[in-house]
Amino acid sequence: MHAYVIRRLGQSVFVLIAIALLVFVAIYAIGDPVSTLAPQDATTAELEGVRQRLGLDRPIYVQFFLFLSNAAQGDLGRSFVYGEPALKLVLERFPATLELALLAAFLAVTIGVPLGVYAGLRPDSLGGRGIMVGSIFGFSLPSFWQGLMLILIFAIVLRWVPAGGRGDPGMLLGLQSALFSLDGLRHLLLPAVNLSLFKVALLIRVARAATREVALQDYIVFARAKGLSRTRIVWVHILKNIMIPVITVLGLELGSLIAFAIVTETVFAYPGMGKLLIDSISQLDRPVIVAYLMVTVVVFVLINLLADLAYAAIDPRVRLAGGGKSA
Amino acid sequence: MSTVDQLPTETAGVEEGESMLRRQVREYFRSPLATAATITVATLILMAFFAPLFVPQNPYDLSQLDIMDGLLPPGESTYSGRVLWLGSDEQGRDIYSAILFGLRTSLTVGFLATAIACMLGTIIGVISAYVGGWVDSFVMRVVDLQLSLPSILVALVLLAAFGRGIDKVIAALVIVQWAYYARTVRAAALVERGAEYVEAARCLMLSNTQIVFRHVLPNCMPPIIVVATAQIAHAIALEATLSFLGAGVPVTQPSLGMLIASGYNYLLSGQYWISTYPGVVLVITVGAINLMGDRLRDVLNPRLAN
Amino acid sequence: MTTSAPSVARVLPSQETSSHHTAPLRNAVLKVRDLSVAFASRGGALTAVDGVSFNLAAGEVMGIVGESGSGKSVTGLALMGLIGWPGRLTGGSVMLEGEELIGMPESELRRIRGRRMAMILQDPTSTLNPVLRIDTQMIEAIRAHDTVSERAARERVCEMLSRVGIPSPRERMLNYPHQFSGGMRQRIAIAIALLHRPAVLIADEATTALDVSIQAQILAEVQSLAEEAGTAMIWITHDLSVVAGLADRIAVMYAGRLVETGRVDQLLEAPAHPYTAGLIACVPSHNIPGTEVAQIPGSTPSLARLKAGCAFAPRCRRSTAVCGQVPPLVSWGEASERSIRCFHPVIDIGARS
Repeated sequence: MHAYVIRRLGQSVFVLIAIALLVFVAIYAIGDPVSTLAPQDATTAELEGVRQRLGLDRPIYVQFFLFLSNAAQGDLGRSFVYGEPALKLVLERFPATLELALLAAFLAVTIGVPLGVYAGLRPDSLGGRGIMVGSIFGFSLPSFWQGLMLILIFAIVLRWVPAGGRGDPGMLLGLQSALFSLDGLRHLLLPAVNLSLFKVALLIRVARAATREVALQDYIVFARAKGLSRTRIVWVHILKNIMIPVITVLGLELGSLIAFAIVTETVFAYPGMGKLLIDSISQLDRPVIVAYLMVTVVVFVLINLLADLAYAAIDPRVRLAGGGKSA
Repeated sequence: MSTVDQLPTETAGVEEGESMLRRQVREYFRSPLATAATITVATLILMAFFAPLFVPQNPYDLSQLDIMDGLLPPGESTYSGRVLWLGSDEQGRDIYSAILFGLRTSLTVGFLATAIACMLGTIIGVISAYVGGWVDSFVMRVVDLQLSLPSILVALVLLAAFGRGIDKVIAALVIVQWAYYARTVRAAALVERGAEYVEAARCLMLSNTQIVFRHVLPNCMPPIIVVATAQIAHAIALEATLSFLGAGVPVTQPSLGMLIASGYNYLLSGQYWISTYPGVVLVITVGAINLMGDRLRDVLNPRLAN
Repeated sequence: MTTSAPSVARVLPSQETSSHHTAPLRNAVLKVRDLSVAFASRGGALTAVDGVSFNLAAGEVMGIVGESGSGKSVTGLALMGLIGWPGRLTGGSVMLEGEELIGMPESELRRIRGRRMAMILQDPTSTLNPVLRIDTQMIEAIRAHDTVSERAARERVCEMLSRVGIPSPRERMLNYPHQFSGGMRQRIAIAIALLHRPAVLIADEATTALDVSIQAQILAEVQSLAEEAGTAMIWITHDLSVVAGLADRIAVMYAGRLVETGRVDQLLEAPAHPYTAGLIACVPSHNIPGTEVAQIPGSTPSLARLKAGCAFAPRCRRSTAVCGQVPPLVSWGEASERSIRCFHPVIDIGARS
């Protein structure tokens, strides 16, 4: 198990460096930030001063080398706009985005999996077919427009929840989070629903396909032959087996939840790191863009690692093959 | 002599292929949902392509706009007495006209990006499958890396680097999408490469190019069609999202996504129509294409249908 | 009833088997009449089981023998009420200890399954849920029917596992299925099936997937456990030699119908149906060395291409025009214990009743 974790970590570091190079090359190509930062009527000398202060006058390979060695020490440069360390800016916004993504993932599982299991158990029923058409519809709703419609209906017409922003955080067990206060949850609900809808549609499909496969297995026939109740068969025998593909997919998708939070945060004016990225792109604030991408990639890598470990925890065949206790 | 011998079997093969195609087409239209979706998509394409014939004004010819007609709700009449069924935006632009023009941009971007990505990915996939070795493993490593990153993030960073423009959006979408085709085609080509008829073709001393174009590619078509249909829908939705985020098409050629974005601020003050109606058309377009893709998958790959 | 250890490898037919049988008819625990199952298909309904009738006496072992596709497994599932879509029960009656199971609501049927009638399936590697521990899967089986504490259930699990020959059951029951060999898994499945000392145990090819040596051990154990619990067994198999040593009676199934039933000794010694005769002649060890192995010409018909009349007729050397009709079930012998569906029996069946 340890060897497995170490090997996975090694792969992760490799991915990180590859992404760092790509990110740096891509971002370097983005227009000239000096022209946006300096005043409209700045002289050439003044522009040159800004350029020097930001280190943009040096050759690109020097900039990359500096970037790598600084990055290794956790220094991803200062924001051109705010003058603060870029990493700090991004990390300050990270909890807000994480709250959003976690609540969305929770909603996706609690809504998507039961619907998918139902559709898988009764694929030819009206309900089963309806759920599948609904999931195609869910795939087809562009999330930004769906967010606008949520705002229109629930915040503007019905006035049930606020249209945007982030609520006051609450405290639980020494952790501060907007998930722990009523105000925080009220603000989070619409964005989280918005972000989760696509994943609900996805999990419906995954859970349905897995359920249909598992339901045909001999061990389900045998479980019925034992006289188990339908509830027990569905909630223990089927659900525990379909959790393997569900967790695999969820692990892959949690990263994309954080990426798609860019859209949700923009729609709901939610102060997460996705909104920061969009603002930074429009202001050509390179260090912040790079810091965002690096943080995101690290999170991706961590999530994949956790998903693999969770996978091992739920599937005894994987867990025990990993060299743990054996019979 | 040998060519003469070949002829009958070849024509027989073509005939059988045609009858199979016809059977698949009939099977496809047996679903009322898929039929409705196909008619919808065809109608939308026609209306968008011939947009000027269907609209009362060119929404981007400033001389045709009257600021006095600005922000009229649906059903109101303009100064000149024309009824605006879907309302107008702040510059007095008829939303219905703007939707058709926007749809044209959206569909163009979606189809072009998918077509280019499909060709590029297919070529890379076939090469990867045929050359094998380190080329294959390198290509597949890049594909894996690419597919593990969320498309929105990749496209956003690329557009931040490229700047705005229809060509740049298409380029970004191609870079996001090619890997799907490369993976699909490589897998299909690897299977086909080992198939008996390819062995037979090789025995007849056909060149690799001939084998690929006349035998392998036609047999890779079903999975390519299925992936491409899903990707068109995906490309249209992604372009709309990028334009909404301000990283997509230029203001002079707005797509549906851009129209929706332009109504964002008005939405908060209750003037819902600028964002809502373009969105409805966007959802119908993407949804109908997805329904077609679903049906195509069922028809072309019966193994997956159950 | 003597419990001589059955030897599977024993060549049939054997005289020893007659010692198994006790002549007077015991009370039937299971009475099956005209059981029929059809499967929906594009070409219309296909009859997989057609009018199967038999009685099973308490403690009796009945072998149902047939080739794959003969409907023997579907019969087993139908008895348990486990036929799912696209299959459908089209008629008949199944009486378990005087209680009609056909048409019984699912909730009541559930209380019978696993308690009064249990089942073992063919492939031990797929019978147990891979993500649940053995104790979980056994305790839930106990508590599905009996209101007992978990601790008491655990004790019963432990005892049952040791009775089917699982060493150190207290530790082993905490393991997952994949940590056991195929034979061990089948023992666990048997332990689960016998937890409630059911009146009837249906074993569907329960030893087919195992090595021959393991097969013999498990057959012997099931037999003694079933006898101890007074459980009657229906042993479904394609292998005549398995049931030859195990069963009191044999029912031969062909294309969804029972074509011949009878006491094991009589049926093996003097088969009446041409198909049964062919099956017995096919057993390789029955063959004289140096001569060609006997075989039945042709192959099992597909349900979709089944013609009216006797399904075996196309492969039968004795068939005549009359075989275009379905032969009636004819019984004869002492207490009508043998029966056959054939117009042209291989032996003289004497006075028809």
